[in-house]
Amino acid sequence: MTPASTGAARRSTRWPARRSTRRSARRSVPSGVPPWVVAVAVLGSTFVLLPLVALASRVDWADFGALVTSDSSVAALGLSLRTSVTATMFCVVLGVPMAVVLARTEFWGQQVLRSLVLLPLVLPPVVGGIALLYTFGRRGLLGQTFETLGVTIAFSTTAVVLAQTFVALPFLVLSLEGALRTVGTRYEAVAATLGARPTTVLRRVTLPLVLPALVSGAVLSFARALGEFGATLTFAGSLQGVTRTLPLEIYLQRETDPDAAVALSLVLVVVAIVVVALAHQAGRSTGLATRRRGS
Amino acid sequence: MRRAPKALPTLTGATALAAALALTGCASASVDAPTSATPPASGSALAGSITVYAAASLTTTFTDLADEFERAHPGTSVELTFAGSSDLVTQITEGAPADVVATADEKNMAKLTDAGLVGSAAPEDFATNVLTIAVPPSNPAGVTDFADLAKSDVKTVICAAQVPCGAATVAVEKATGVAISPVSEEASVTDVLGKVTSGEADAGLVYVTDVAAAGKSVTGIAVPEADQAVTTYPIAPVADTDDADLARTFVDFVTGSTGQGVLRAAGFGAP
Amino acid sequence: MTLEFSAVLEARGFDVELTVAEGETVAVLGPNGAGKSTLLALLAGLVRPDRGTARLGERVLFDVDGRGRGPALRPHERGVSMLAQDALLFPHLSALDNVAFGPRSAGVSRREADRHAGDWLDRVDATALADRRPAQLSGGQAQRIAVARALAADPDLLLLDEPMAALDVSVAPALRRTLRDVLADRTAVVVTHDVLDAFTLADRVVVLEAGRVVDSGPTRAVLERPTTPFAAGLAALDLLVGTATADGVRLDGGGDVTGRGADGVTVGARAAVAVRPGLVRVVPRAHDGVDRPSGPNVLASTVVDLEPRGDLVRVRGAGLSADVPPAVVAALDLSPGAPVWFSFAPDDAVAYAL
Repeated sequence: MTPASTGAARRSTRWPARRSTRRSARRSVPSGVPPWVVAVAVLGSTFVLLPLVALASRVDWADFGALVTSDSSVAALGLSLRTSVTATMFCVVLGVPMAVVLARTEFWGQQVLRSLVLLPLVLPPVVGGIALLYTFGRRGLLGQTFETLGVTIAFSTTAVVLAQTFVALPFLVLSLEGALRTVGTRYEAVAATLGARPTTVLRRVTLPLVLPALVSGAVLSFARALGEFGATLTFAGSLQGVTRTLPLEIYLQRETDPDAAVALSLVLVVVAIVVVALAHQAGRSTGLATRRRGS
Repeated sequence: MRRAPKALPTLTGATALAAALALTGCASASVDAPTSATPPASGSALAGSITVYAAASLTTTFTDLADEFERAHPGTSVELTFAGSSDLVTQITEGAPADVVATADEKNMAKLTDAGLVGSAAPEDFATNVLTIAVPPSNPAGVTDFADLAKSDVKTVICAAQVPCGAATVAVEKATGVAISPVSEEASVTDVLGKVTSGEADAGLVYVTDVAAAGKSVTGIAVPEADQAVTTYPIAPVADTDDADLARTFVDFVTGSTGQGVLRAAGFGAP
Repeated sequence: MTLEFSAVLEARGFDVELTVAEGETVAVLGPNGAGKSTLLALLAGLVRPDRGTARLGERVLFDVDGRGRGPALRPHERGVSMLAQDALLFPHLSALDNVAFGPRSAGVSRREADRHAGDWLDRVDATALADRRPAQLSGGQAQRIAVARALAADPDLLLLDEPMAALDVSVAPALRRTLRDVLADRTAVVVTHDVLDAFTLADRVVVLEAGRVVDSGPTRAVLERPTTPFAAGLAALDLLVGTATADGVRLDGGGDVTGRGADGVTVGARAAVAVRPGLVRVVPRAHDGVDRPSGPNVLASTVVDLEPRGDLVRVRGAGLSADVPPAVVAALDLSPGAPVWFSFAPDDAVAYAL
């Protein structure tokens, strides 16, 4: 009796610390992932999340409602959402064929074309804006033709959509092209032998198979379009309700009302988080339906 | 399965932390030159280094002034930082190491005095600026005066009301009784000028100094009523500067005859 | 619709001519790399030949001249359906929608296509699976749906690429039966490794080796009188090859053997003798050969390999093998390298012209 109890007592003083860390270690560290990898990952996540926390801590919560529902704020948010949605639609309409061509065909110069198509990803947005200006501006490459046709792009909401599409398109193309390569062509070959024309194959087989990647690519594009600033400023200008998107509104409010700027920044962050979360959910549910659980 | 040595995660964490600290150290070091700790010898040649935070519209003039100052006082060095006035205020409020600050309007300077970062009696007006119309050299819309800007077929770009040049624009509109419907309200006068030089806008409201600096790329059209909306530029030493004497000397330099000469030549008006 | 096919593909050393009569099912046998998949790919339109022609009824599938130019129908225009080892059911569609895919692609209305699909599911005995997703199907079930899908497209030619290869031994017979029913009146080409498929499904057999046809004919004929070692292996027969003489066949490797039908072979012509290993006897051989068994069809050889096969052991020598009970193997002290005599009765073997 006694040796057992002393043994137990000794065990309980010696083991608790070890046992609890082992238990919590078993719960928090998945098997196969080295603990140091988790540590670095935590550091990286903190690096990303800490500024958001800092932002939230500076919000003037008392005035938050008033700041966020002012005329200019509502106009800016509405414009941002409208233009971002439109830009995302353009990205899908243009990006899907681009991704399909890059993934499914082979032609001379394809590598070069792919690099160029992804250029807006690395280009500073202001540079992108300047380039768009020299293309679609009044004295631009195409702008002069548009002027004679009576179509003005500069200082219009169209310019905002163009700028957003330009910077967001590579996200969709990149995301989708990778998925198309992974999925492979076997299903498409089968569909063809069953008598489906290429357009039918694309519509009923190819695109449904890469739907999760399409959705996530569209979401990335939307988020990029929503946050677009430099190209919009340089190319489209800034006028309430017409071209002053939320990022531009925040930039302006900084001059006189930092509280408003912070409040609107938080709104932008929340909208982005909501959109990404929704689309992630949508992507997962479509993905589950198509995943095979082994044959 | 052997457990990884306990030291490894701690070591990695420490390394990462050290790296982060090193980065912040580097960052702060690059923003400004190390301020010399030597006290200035009274009466004898000044030495040391100061950092001057100035509004963006003072870029060319203050760069020249800094060179002149360094030539007049060998052994000194003036580091310049240019930004929008509200950005300058934000940075100084968050602890940026400025010794002298020159803003493009009195409202922003007032924020600094209210916060006690600048002595309440310290700011001195050293220049004024008025608005003018800038048009592309070919003047495609045929603008001749301020009233033309209100025409619907003239694409006019102005500063947004929240920035100093925008406030001046509103004042001029009131003085002339003309209300402009702009195609864009930019957040900085540089962007307004940019829209005019690129040919996107038919006309823009900018400062006379901007037109002077732009040279052949724009033509200026004077606005008589602009005198009723003068933008005043104050300059002051920052309260907790390391080198009060050198800062004071620079401020006096700017408000003195050499400084005023450079400013006048650029198109600024008398304070 | 009759299929007439002739094509060359230099890169793979492929040069094949093939004719399939209307309603006939041809099994294509051959070792790996023989060109079986190439044949199917050329027929389906997934690969373009260097030169050749193919016609399905009145429809020209491709007509490529010596310089590689000429028309070739795209896969969806050929009326050729393919079924692979892997069912490749579209993961995002239900079983019914999968089967209805062919008719829908042809422009048939949804209701009509679904009805048609339902009929086919019934024929392959898979009606209960109509609403399931492919992820919820077992391998055998998926293959049955895939058969229904290929046939619902009403193809003029059906291609099957080792359809049973990925299935469990227990599940394969059911599918084989289904295929036998649906292929009864279809023009089809079945690529297979399994002799049982050839017997069950095919009217004719074609043997491919190294991109060329080495044998073709009615199933029984090819598999009872194989002309190549590979075909013999498939048919589980020993094959001895030589030149016909007045008394039988003088083997290339030396020795004379004879079998049923030897009289019918022209003297001097190339001939083969085939015998089932189970009917071959093996005894040890002394160096001086004094213990040579009496009778015809006795060949000297050395044991190359012993291979357990169920309750027998296959004693393999060069060219011949014998299936012997393990006890006998032990009693005779047979092991690789041991000199032996193989012998078989003439009535147990078949001799025929090559």
